[in-house]
Amino acid sequence: MSDSKSNGVKMTSKHLDFYYGNFQALHDVSLEFKKQQVTALIGPSGCGKSTYLRCLNRMNDLIPIARVEGKIMLEDEDIYDPSLDVVMLRRRVGMVFQKPNPFPKSVYENVAYGLRVNGIRDKGLIEQRVTESIQRAALWDEVKDRLQESALGLSGGQQQRLCIARALAVEPEVVLMDEPASALDPIATQKIEDLIHELKKEYTIIIVTHSMQQAARVSDITAFFYIGKLIEVGDTDTLFTRPRLKQTEDYITGRFG
Amino acid sequence: MRNSKMDITQEEYAEAGPEKEQKTQAADRPPKAGRTSSIIHQTAVRKQRRRRFIQKAIFSVFRLSAVINALALFIIIYFMVKNGIGAISWEFLSEAPRDSMTKGGILPCIVGTILLGVGAILVAMPIGVASAIYLNEYARPGKVLRTIRLGINNLAGVPSVVFGLFGLAFFVIYLDMGVSILAGALTLGAMSLPVVIGSTEEAFKAVPDTYREASLGLGATKWQTIYRVVLPTALPGVLTGGILGLSRAAGETAPIMFTAAVFFTPDLPESIFSEIMALPYHIYVLATAGTEIEATRPLQYGTALVLITLVLGMNLIAIIWRARLRKRLKG
Repeated sequence: MSDSKSNGVKMTSKHLDFYYGNFQALHDVSLEFKKQQVTALIGPSGCGKSTYLRCLNRMNDLIPIARVEGKIMLEDEDIYDPSLDVVMLRRRVGMVFQKPNPFPKSVYENVAYGLRVNGIRDKGLIEQRVTESIQRAALWDEVKDRLQESALGLSGGQQQRLCIARALAVEPEVVLMDEPASALDPIATQKIEDLIHELKKEYTIIIVTHSMQQAARVSDITAFFYIGKLIEVGDTDTLFTRPRLKQTEDYITGRFG
Repeated sequence: MRNSKMDITQEEYAEAGPEKEQKTQAADRPPKAGRTSSIIHQTAVRKQRRRRFIQKAIFSVFRLSAVINALALFIIIYFMVKNGIGAISWEFLSEAPRDSMTKGGILPCIVGTILLGVGAILVAMPIGVASAIYLNEYARPGKVLRTIRLGINNLAGVPSVVFGLFGLAFFVIYLDMGVSILAGALTLGAMSLPVVIGSTEEAFKAVPDTYREASLGLGATKWQTIYRVVLPTALPGVLTGGILGLSRAAGETAPIMFTAAVFFTPDLPESIFSEIMALPYHIYVLATAGTEIEATRPLQYGTALVLITLVLGMNLIAIIWRARLRKRLKG
């Protein structure tokens, strides 16, 4: 990949504004996401962090009244360029959602889905990718004997790891996670966090989280959002121990939000 | 149930009682909060009987409504079985009518009704499902969509005899299909369309948006998402629409009396352009226009019984199929 000029930067947003109709939900957000790093987006409810995340794979396109200004670059491509194929973009920038949302299909078919819709017919290849992806999502031992059973029979934590496996199967470059552990119990959360540590060796990961402890545990970089603005971004360790701004400090010490 | 309710009340009494005595211990609590909760408690106790009475009364009314419903169906079926069962025999089910339809069987009618019902569904399902997909998944909300919806809703309210006349004018005469299975199936299909569209749309709305997002997020196109995720998930609901449409179509008389069914034809149909006999129309003919109306009463009841059994049977097949699909989805 040609990243000589971008020195490890995978995605960038430049002066991004986002509107729901007349309401401006994001103001002038500029951020960089580096390869093999986990970036956490934190902030109180309604601060725009999820909206921002969903701009990165153009999931907001589904909302008819949504509008974006500014630029988001995936390496050197503008993802809002009209000539860009949004379907291809979403294969490269995968997403894991807040609530586990496996399809009402078998465990195997859930993971194979992304491959099938992207036109892969070779059964051997599909089987190999499915196995690899489930292994990589640290789920293999739990589901290897029930690959043909419905995914809805798995526990919440297993379902979420299945969703991660499903996202990994299509070989994305960036993985977006929208509060992936907020619907899970502490043990399942722990597993997801361990998994994020593993995955960052190969992927650029951007995670929205409500839990500051989680941000501190899993991320390298943390960005703090407040009422649609990016307030502060920096090294996770620095941001949590010596925040530059009063607002950030108030939030991370629990004074509001 | 009642016991546990009483327990709670007693506990509450027990809690409320000592609270007043332990005033010294609760001194650091704001006194106002204590007084408010005791007023609420006392009011709740005072109104308790009244509230429970209202609840009981209202649910009794609801229960009665449900029972009336079931009873109506039971009476109809009982009446039908009592009067019709005597007419049912192998001969009745396997032969054509004889002697000016006063003897013999109703085989051509059974075949005709099955063909018309199945034909109507073959017409209504593809068009109905395609329309519902367009309306629910593709069309942008706005004036056009509202107008189409209004049209569909009004179509559902059009009397069936009007559909019959439309079928006669358009399919039979204008498109020159003649009185035939094809014209009848198309007419019945048009009539069941709104039912199919409505229930298919409901089924699509019930598919969580998270499925659509997950699919699109993996690089699927909109069509792949609909075809591979939304449609299979909604299929049980779509089938419900089919069942409703089929039931309605199979029992209708008015739309087929101008377009497909004839007074009497002892032969089984040879092609989709043949005219046929059908159960509902046969009942109508025997009961109003036959040569010996009184003498054929048992035949009329028998035919009605066969029609109801046929419709229930077709429904049953679809319901079993739907239950299987649901089971497979839920796992």
